[in-house]
Amino acid sequence: MPQLLKDNRVIEDSWTYLAEDAQSLPDGDLLLSYAQWQIFSDQIEAHRGNVGVVIEGNAEIEDIIEPLLKLPLIAINFPKFADGRGFSVASLLRDRYNYCGEIRAVGGFIRDQLYLLSRCGFNAFKFIEDIDLSEASKSLEDFSETYQVSADQENPLFRRR
Amino acid sequence: MYKYDNYDHKIVNERVEQFRDQTQRYLAGEIADEEFLPLRLQNGLYLQRLAPMLRIAVPYGMLSSAQVRKLAHISRVYDKGYVHFTTRQNIQLNWPALEEVPDILSELAEVEMHAIQTSGNCIRNTTTDQFAGVARDEIEDPRPWCELIRQWSTLHPEFAFLPRKFKIAVCGSEEDRAAFLLHDIGLQLVKNDAGELGFEVFVGGGLGRTPIIGSSIRKFLPKQHLLSYLDAILRVYNRFGNRDNKYKARIKILVKAWTPEVFAERVEAEWEHIKDGPSTLTDTEFARVKSFFPLPQYQTIDGADSAKQLATTASDNIAFSRWLDRNTQLQKQAGYRSVTLSLKPAGVAPGDVTDKQLETIADLADRYSFGELRATHNQNVVLTDVVESDLFELWQQAKQSGLATPTIGTINDMICCPGGDYCSLANAKSIPVAEAIQRKFSDLDYVYDLGDLELNISGCMNACGHHHIGHIGILGVDKKGKEWYQIQLGGSANKNAALGKVLGPSLSRDEITDGIEKLLDVYVENRIADESFLNTYQRIGIEKFKERVYASTT
Ligand code: HEM
Ligand code: SF4
Repeated sequence: MPQLLKDNRVIEDSWTYLAEDAQSLPDGDLLLSYAQWQIFSDQIEAHRGNVGVVIEGNAEIEDIIEPLLKLPLIAINFPKFADGRGFSVASLLRDRYNYCGEIRAVGGFIRDQLYLLSRCGFNAFKFIEDIDLSEASKSLEDFSETYQVSADQENPLFRRR
Repeated sequence: MYKYDNYDHKIVNERVEQFRDQTQRYLAGEIADEEFLPLRLQNGLYLQRLAPMLRIAVPYGMLSSAQVRKLAHISRVYDKGYVHFTTRQNIQLNWPALEEVPDILSELAEVEMHAIQTSGNCIRNTTTDQFAGVARDEIEDPRPWCELIRQWSTLHPEFAFLPRKFKIAVCGSEEDRAAFLLHDIGLQLVKNDAGELGFEVFVGGGLGRTPIIGSSIRKFLPKQHLLSYLDAILRVYNRFGNRDNKYKARIKILVKAWTPEVFAERVEAEWEHIKDGPSTLTDTEFARVKSFFPLPQYQTIDGADSAKQLATTASDNIAFSRWLDRNTQLQKQAGYRSVTLSLKPAGVAPGDVTDKQLETIADLADRYSFGELRATHNQNVVLTDVVESDLFELWQQAKQSGLATPTIGTINDMICCPGGDYCSLANAKSIPVAEAIQRKFSDLDYVYDLGDLELNISGCMNACGHHHIGHIGILGVDKKGKEWYQIQLGGSANKNAALGKVLGPSLSRDEITDGIEKLLDVYVENRIADESFLNTYQRIGIEKFKERVYASTT
């Protein structure tokens, strides 16, 4: 089974993407695009397994997020690593919508972004390429102190100094 | 000056180690070129036409003498013995070796310096007035605010991969010396009717290909909300700024497309959610940061007496008197002046200084200005808080080291980008043009008679030399592989910021200095009393200048 980094550990990834041309939901933990989620919304209740949704960084999440918040997993796609919109989307999910499920980075992000991603609320990282995950996980520890408020830090440094 | 505590040291040291590891993995082939690119840019490292270039942050332009000595040492050991002061109050090394950059960074960390976010699509070094704290027209010292912004923006997790670079400037005085209307965010310190301190917030200014003057989106932001409001602006920009076309990716394009009113509404809506949260600044924090910028221990000096003595010294020495006139400035504090050390002697690229000169500058700062100095966006160095009776001595020592060219604020104090000699994006060379102009106008009496005049040169439309806001702007253009120069007139970076207008067809390298001379002739013939070049231009318009320059070139 493919692997990913979650909560700072390398684990098996039980989730699979729903095929683009799927007519129904096969059993198991499924990742749907937002469009697929809309199509299959009436079958999700009866589905055997979990369902999660992949959203894009440019999503106007204010308009779509409400029904997604009860899902156990929301994945945010990075079309390329330099596209930083996903950082804001994850921050909003955690801070404004108090989402407590898994926020998974998928797509073109890179190892050297892990620390900042995790500060914005991502707790799972699925790399496109097959890389040494336990080696990569070192980048989660790049810094031990930080100035700002963020998903993982309730108080800015000036309130803790 | 701000002093690091254990937290600041830790963050900067961890950044050095992070970059050391990234560089090693890159050199070992484990990081691809295109992935290393933003990682190194976020740490100020460019790979250029000739060699790498490392841009070192000088937060809001403040430097201590110890830092300057360290820079001299670094330039000697790791580079060719000189550094370059940029128009954003930073310092560049032009020839470091990639493998040695982590060592340079760790030497810098020893003196509380770094290269964090000096390049790349992130929040850059915050800039301000070089006379902060001593300017006579100051409303409030902008430096504590700049430091708060520095800490907030350093490794901000959400805003490290913006659509494009992002620059913030703070203005604390009546006159604008920070070009804050030409920044992505410009903050003007103001007091409201109740006497409370806050900011007027401007967004969407900038130079580059599409020069735009910033728009006010909030008349009064109470000071404690500064950081959450910045978060709101950045979040809107990060989510909705254009990412498809790098020439349309600056915030100014978004603000223009949405209109400043709509942009302001989006920011306010975002801010509603985070306002009054934990990022709200506290009185304790204001007091803590402010305490790093105390007034020095001034002596009580009889201002009139001191002025008289100075006038006597100056009357015996024309060279000193010229320097006093152009290169020093009165302060709030009687009997003290701010001195601008010129980095613009003819024949040297504007802003370049040698290791020896850096050491002299550090010595002068220790001797005369409480061990501190400031880099200016005009690529000079300022020593503040100099006792007037020390000025003559200071001048003599500065002169020996080539730091006393008495031309501050004149045509010879030009801003100039590195251009075709160093920069791979250039259309044309800029440094030789600057030199030719300085040589042509070497008669100081003539230069003084011309008075205040800003001449800015960029080697291409990226506008690093700020040509749009020079009273005279020169832009290098490429025509069929030859270097040509477009002239613009009437730009200005103060509170009535204006962008220059194109005079007409470009001139060749051979024609450019004569062209400038004709512009100056038109000014001298038309000025009324002691009107400046800019005012004369504003009064008589562009036509007369145009006629003269193009009359004889046919
Ligand atoms: C050595 C090679 C250099 C290269 C390749 C380079 C490249 C660039 C580019 C591409 C831009 C335009 C970005 C944009 O607005 O889209 C830019 C902007 C700028 N550069 Fe440079 N630069 C170099 C050196 C310098 C130096 C030495 C200075 C200072 C003297 C400088 C000061 C600036 C400033 C102030 C801007 C901002 C203009 C604005 O506000 O938009 N650059 N640079
Ligand atoms: S203005 Fe153009 S030529 Fe000059 S430094 Fe910038 S990019 Fe290079």
